Parts: sequence; C-alpha cells; structure tokens
Amino acid sequence: MHRLTFDGLQARPGQVWGGIRLVPLVRDEPIVSLRLHPSGFPADDDPFGDYAPHCCYVPHGLTAEWTEDGTAVPALGTALRMPARTMRKSRRPATRLERRTRVHFVPHQTALEAFLPLTFRRPSIAWREWSTRVFRRGLPHSVEPQYSGYDVEGLADALRVFEIHPGQCGVLVYVADALASAVVTPHPDDYRALHPSLIEDGFGELIWRYAHLYDESPDFVPRLDESATDTVADLRAAIAAAQQEWADFHRDVMAAGLLDAEYVFTEDYQMERFMLRRFRPHFVPGSETHVGEAITDDEGRLAYLRTFRLSETQSRRGRLLRTLSDHDWNLEAAAASMGLVPPALVARIDAAGYGGLLRQDVLDHWRSMNLDRSRSRADRR
Amino acid sequence: MELLADRAAAEDVLLFVNAAIASTGQREFHSNGDAQQWSMEFLHEYMLVNYRDLYAATLTLGVNDRNAAAIIMRLLQTGRDASPAQRAVEGRLIAKALTELPTHRVYHLFTALRRARVNNRRTRAIMREWLAARPDPAFEAVKYRSAFLGAVRHAHMKIEDLPGEELDAFLFNWRAAGRFATPLFETWRRAHYDRRAVFDLPYTVAEGFAAGHRITRAAFLEKIAPQLTRNERLRLQRSAARVGALGVVADLADLSRMPLTRLAAYVLALPVDEREQRRLELTDALRAAALRVAGLRAGTWGRVSAVLDDSYSASGSSEKRRRPLVVALAAHFLMRELAAEYRPLWLSGDDDPLMARARGVTALGERLLDGLETRPDLLVVVSDGWDNAPVGMAAEVLRVWEERLDPERKTAVAHLNPVFDAAGLEVRRLSPTTPTVGIRDAEDLPELVEFARFASGRTGIAELRAHIEARVERRLAEETPCTA
Repeated sequence: MHRLTFDGLQARPGQVWGGIRLVPLVRDEPIVSLRLHPSGFPADDDPFGDYAPHCCYVPHGLTAEWTEDGTAVPALGTALRMPARTMRKSRRPATRLERRTRVHFVPHQTALEAFLPLTFRRPSIAWREWSTRVFRRGLPHSVEPQYSGYDVEGLADALRVFEIHPGQCGVLVYVADALASAVVTPHPDDYRALHPSLIEDGFGELIWRYAHLYDESPDFVPRLDESATDTVADLRAAIAAAQQEWADFHRDVMAAGLLDAEYVFTEDYQMERFMLRRFRPHFVPGSETHVGEAITDDEGRLAYLRTFRLSETQSRRGRLLRTLSDHDWNLEAAAASMGLVPPALVARIDAAGYGGLLRQDVLDHWRSMNLDRSRSRADRR
Repeated sequence: MELLADRAAAEDVLLFVNAAIASTGQREFHSNGDAQQWSMEFLHEYMLVNYRDLYAATLTLGVNDRNAAAIIMRLLQTGRDASPAQRAVEGRLIAKALTELPTHRVYHLFTALRRARVNNRRTRAIMREWLAARPDPAFEAVKYRSAFLGAVRHAHMKIEDLPGEELDAFLFNWRAAGRFATPLFETWRRAHYDRRAVFDLPYTVAEGFAAGHRITRAAFLEKIAPQLTRNERLRLQRSAARVGALGVVADLADLSRMPLTRLAAYVLALPVDEREQRRLELTDALRAAALRVAGLRAGTWGRVSAVLDDSYSASGSSEKRRRPLVVALAAHFLMRELAAEYRPLWLSGDDDPLMARARGVTALGERLLDGLETRPDLLVVVSDGWDNAPVGMAAEVLRVWEERLDPERKTAVAHLNPVFDAAGLEVRRLSPTTPTVGIRDAEDLPELVEFARFASGRTGIAELRAHIEARVERRLAEETPCTA
C-alpha cells in the first residue's frame, strides 16, 4: 500500500464561506462493523453510573469500536458493556485483552505531537554530541508550531453554517483552496457527531497564514448547455453530468496533492479486518506534504482518515533529515545526491537548526570553508 | 439610458420593500444582528434621501412592524425636507400606520422620538391624536406607565384632553392622591403594599410587584393565570411546566383562534413525540387557520407546485428560531387551501410536513426541476436562497427551463424569501429573471405572489409607482383623514 484512495467515497459540491471551502465526501454504503465515537466515556444517564470518570479530561479523543464477525456495532450507550478494570485493587473484572474490541485514540493535538517527530528522522547512530544534546535538551524541534481551528480565521463560521449532506462520511477542508486537512469516518452518524469537534483540530502554520491572507474563495458555478436540452430528461442528465464533472475535477485536481502522492505506511494496530496505519510523505520537492493516520479495511478502502498538512519549511526540513539518514549521515554522499557541495549542505543543516547534530570540529571545518568562499567572492567584486 | 435609470430606481424600491418585509434586525443563520441592523439602517437612509414619497408609501406595502416604526421615526425626524403636499400625505399614512401597529411598538416609538429629541409640531400633533383616540387610556397608563407618561409630557398634552378620570393624579401625584375611584388604579396603588392586589394587575406589571413582594415564581404563575393574554400564555407554557405551575400548563393554548404563522411556530417548537401524539389536532388547527386566511380565494389558484426549504439553514438563529421553516410550513398549509391541485416538494424529500425539521443541504436545482416537470400554473419557492449543492444550479435550471422548455412562460415562478441577507443588502435571489420577494408572515403570501410580477426586473418605476399610489389611495380612502 503506497497511496491513499477515496474508493467508495464520492465528493459532493463544496460549500464556501469566506476563504474556507468544505468539500463533503459521501459514502456509497456506510461501514457498520467499525464505528468511531467522539468519546468512549459513558454519559450521565448511563446505567453503570458510578464509573463516571469525574476527574479526567480527554478533549476530542476518539474511540474506535469494531465487531469480530463483521456485524453492526451497536450505537453508543445501547450495548451491555462492563467497563474494564483500570485501577489496581478495583473490584471490576479485569480486561480480557484477547477479546478487546475498543481502542481509545489520544486527543488530536497529542497525536500530532507523537507522530510528527516520526516524520522527521533523527540520527540513529549513537555519537557523543548527539546523545548529550538529546539527553539535556530533548529532540531538536520536537514541537512544531501548531494552530488550533479556533485560530484559523473563518473556520468556526464555515463549520457553523455548513449543511451536512445526507450520508456524509467525511470532509476536506480547503483554506484559500489549499488542502488543509481531510477527515473520513466510517458511518454518517459518526460524522455528524464529530463535525463540531473539527474546530479543535490542529492546523499547520501555512494554513493559519493562508486563512489570514485570503478571505475569498471562488464558487464553482455549473454551466448547463441549453442548446442540447430539449426535454426534462435531457436537463436531468445535464444536472447529473455537472455533478459528475465536479466529482472528477475534485478528485483529479483539487485533492490531487493528497491522493497522487506516495506515502510510507506503517502498520500500527490490527482490529480484525481493519488496520490502523500511520503515513508519512516522501518529501518530493514542490508537492504538498500530508501526514496522518488512517484505518483501512482488508481491501484498502478507507474507514477512517485524519491528515495534517506540513508547511513548506517543515517539509524542507523533513527532506533534509531523510536524505541524511538515507546516506547514514555521510555528508559528502548526501550532498552529492542532492547535487550540492558539502559546505552548502552544511549551511542548509545549520540554517534548519540542526547544526547541533554535527560534531563541533566538523561543523567549524565546513563553516570556515563557507566563510572563505564568501570572502573570496567579496574580494573578486 | 433613461430606461436603465428607470429600472435601477424600480429595483432600488423593490429591494427596500423586500428587505423591510423580511428583516427584523435580529440575528439570522448566516449573519449576526449587528450586520442586519447596519444594512437596514443604510437602506432606510438611502430610500429617505432618494425616494421620499415612495419611502412613506411603503408603509402600505406590508413592511414588518419594526421597519414601519423605523420609517415613521425617520419621516418625523426630517419633516423639514418635505414639501407641504408630501407632509400632508405622510401625516395621513403615519396616522393610519400607527393605528395598525401593536400598542407596545407605538410606545417604543414615542420613547425613541423623545430620546432623539424629535419634538416638532407635526410629531406632537400625531402623538396627541393617537393618544386621544385610545379606547382605554387607564389600562395603558398602568401597563406602559413610564412610556405613557413620557409620551404625554413629550406631546405637551393637557391631561384633561384624554378620556378617563384621575389620570392626572395617577401619573403625576399618586402618593398624595389617596384612594382612586378607578378600579385598576386602585388595584395598582394597593399592590404596593398588598400581596393580593398584585394578581389583579396585567401580567407584565404584576411581575415587577411580585419580585418586590418576594412571591415565588410558581405561586405567582399559578395565581396570575387568569390575567394572561393568549400570547403570554403560549410563551409561558414551558417555563411554567419547569417551575411546576400547572395552572398555566393545564390551560392549554386555544389553537383554534391562533394566526397561521404563529400556530406553525408553535407546532414546530413541540417535541417530535408530542407532535406525533397530537397529529390530528394540530393538522386540523393548521388547516382551519389556513382556510381562514384563504377565505374566498380558496381553490382558485389552479395547479400549484411548491418547493419548500427544510435545509439546515432553515433552522434560523437563536433569536429567530426555525423562522424560515415556520414560514415554509405555514405557506404549505395555505397553498394547499388556495390551490385546486397542490403538490408540495420538501428539499429533504420528506412528505410529512408536521414532522418537518431543518437538516441537510439546499439542493434547489433538482427539486425545482421536479416541481416544473408537471408544468403547473404556478411554482412557489419558499427558501432563503442559499443554493449550495452546487452553488448556482437553481439559476441554471431556471435559465435553461425558460429558454428551451417553456419559452411561452406558461408556468409562473415566484420565489418568497424569509431571510434578509445583510452582506448582499438584499433578499437573496435564485436567478436574475425569477421574481423574488421577501416574506415575514405566511398570511401575506397571496398579496406577495401578486406583487412578485414587479420583482422580475422587467418593470419600470412608472408602473411600480402607479401600483403603489393606487395602494396608498385605497388605504387612505378607508378611513377619515387626519388633520396632522
């Protein structure tokens, strides 16, 4: 599996509010054997009331629930469930792990903090400077700048006035027609429950900036050909053709940055016939970079998807680290593969804030060569 | 060029009339209250400066109460700019409009005039005439005490000119006056120290005294129940049930005499289960109300199709709950009585209007085609005009339909829009050639559909002016002229 596909999902006409365009995805047939709930904790009127977790706070953490035999998952709160033992000396029965059919996701913000560093591959060789640095100060740039949906101008209003399609199972958020994030859920009810929580999602710096700079996105207005229309049936066919044209255009042009790119998938968790995967991009120069997590069934169709778009500087940094680790942190080889001379590569590493990864004497050596060159260039002038 | 200017003028007037019918300055689904108020202010100012006589004449075109009050306010503020002939007509229109406005709106207007320090001779005369013609000044002096007092003072009125005894003492010197002979005044005086007297006062006045006497809400509602007006009773149903005042709740609202739109709002505010249980009763009440509105016109409209918007945006706002959906539901029942053959098409595809709920997208294009397919005599669209699946499909369908499938225009299309779009400064149109008019109460639907022929963008100002002037004539002939 190298690519994401929207098989079984149809794009419907997007709704524009200011600079935000929300494109709904409608599923031909909802998936019932895997469901996502906004929160797995029982509500106040739940039958096993005394379990109510009064002192925990899980903002926006999802729960995925599935069945072993492919039958439908009961709606949240209707199934007879016994909450698992989570504390020592609890009198509740222990969780039987071999029959687990629910998992909790960590909240979106936390998840991003967990899997963004996976995208940036740190050196795997233990050398002294690196170890000291990591022990003392942690991984460099481990916190990428993130903006919650509240900070993205216009997103709150766009989500408020958005009209959910019947059967809608996902949405693509475009800010100034740049794909900001994609969300897919297995069932329309899950989407309906999750729609308000999209505002709590994290967005990259690029998207935040675009939202401030562009306050208008154009509407795509269909154009029917009146010369070919003689009957009502013709008109109906023309309407259907216009719908199909938009769906194709959206798939081939607007979402191309997400769907055409190749990704590195990691298989993280098996839930019967579903697999939770995380993916990271190959950092091809000049293309969009999305990272995220997805649940796919055994035929590779999406049941769940959530993506995060990296900004251009982030993807440049990721590309640099990946090239270096591909060449085992051999500067000459890495520079050659990028078509650069080593001092230029070192300058880039330095500028990206990873100068600390190199040994001080190596760094000084290449830095002095850079200085020499710039000085000789100045002399020539 | 002249033709163009002519059309622009007609468009301006229509735009204002539509906006003044639909907008109440409250928050809507897509725009907030401030934007609505700002946009309406602008339109009022624009009309006043450019088309003063037509601006005054819009009082006869069914603009809503808030905008009628705003128009009167502006006319009185700028009397200096009007010619004597204009002033004469304006005075009569204003006096007529004041008699039709709800009482509390008029007192609000008088208070606003006082605050804005508008105290010209004409304003004083209009206020005096209105106050002197009140049927029960004693009641209004109690219910709207401060506004009444302010109006009397502002109009420089001699209190003896008002019908009714003891008003003088009640308004200006009640503490020294001792007992009143007028029963309502006496009750009001006693209510200052006697708990029992509180419950003989009008509800809004009693509420203040109840707080002073520390009467609990439940006990208060239980005992004030006989004094409640019909709308107050309706409004208090749920909060009374919450505090446990069963006297108000048990006395169920009398549905048979409620106006159609208000009844539709009441029905849609009920929980789904209750609507299901009382289905027969509610449907009968809605039909009876619609029949009362239709009157002699029942069954005269021929074959009618209606496209009714129940998309999510019909849920309105926290200030106008479900208003667009309410109008659509009321229009559904009204057209059902008006038409000989009626075909309703809800956007969601539901066919049970009583269970209508606002959700889903506004895919107007396909639904319009469903309505046009049977080639009815009239197609009425009740929608806020936010066609979004996809944007502009309705306009395309209507364009192709008019150009290719119905060039003789046998099917008339009218779009009624209950929402004023503050950002666009107009009620949103479906397409440039389809007439769009604003609507506030479904009761006005027959007149509005008739009026829609002016809104198709093909009539000039002369024709429109003739229509409006005919209306003004008819309206002013109905009553005795006023001297103001």
